[in-house]
Amino acid sequence: MKTPYLTEREIDLELLIERVESADRGAVVTFLGTVRNHHAGREVERLEYSAYGPMAEIECERIRLEAEQQWGAAVALEHRVGALGIGDVSVAIAAAAPHRDAAFAACRHVIEQLKRRVPIWKREHFADGTVEWVDPTNELKTEEED
Amino acid sequence: MAEKLTLTVRFLARYAELLGTESATVTLSSPASVGDVLGVLRGTFPGARRLPDRPLCALNLSQVDLATPVAEGDELALLPPVAGG
Repeated sequence: MKTPYLTEREIDLELLIERVESADRGAVVTFLGTVRNHHAGREVERLEYSAYGPMAEIECERIRLEAEQQWGAAVALEHRVGALGIGDVSVAIAAAAPHRDAAFAACRHVIEQLKRRVPIWKREHFADGTVEWVDPTNELKTEEED
Repeated sequence: MAEKLTLTVRFLARYAELLGTESATVTLSSPASVGDVLGVLRGTFPGARRLPDRPLCALNLSQVDLATPVAEGDELALLPPVAGG
């Protein structure tokens, strides 16, 4: 059975590394994304991640396959959903390849494409009590625009 | 009389708050496009009028544009700009 990419449990990087390391892969590059305590100058207390689960799984699988095909890298990744505290690991990637250049490139590809394509969202709880969805595009129309 | 089709629309993350629900069942005349479904939503849910003109849409888990035709039993999802990582 395939391991899901989304998890509500704490991510264990060692397990991801075990899934990609092998005798012919001399380089393993890992990436951890952790919850920051500030956003746009405001103090963040915790985060909630939510996802469109079935589509997120499909998109993660596509990205993993891209890394495999383009760089011959074995990649394992997981993304947390649910409530996370400051410093918690929200995403982890392990990319293994025969040599370091391919391993670095594959790992970089996976995190960049994940942030661009995988339907996951986060809601920040600020120290001042306000709660906001992270939306760098600020796309919603104001009420008056109707 | 024109044929009708019915599909499920899911509102993810911030859009669920905006519309006040996580999903809706929409019935409209066939043939219809993703854009037509959005038109029905804007007429039904006051919050839907704050959606961007071209929100990110997924039909049966694949990203589509507004011109894509919808069919009976489809699942259309409206996705805010993604922010994972």
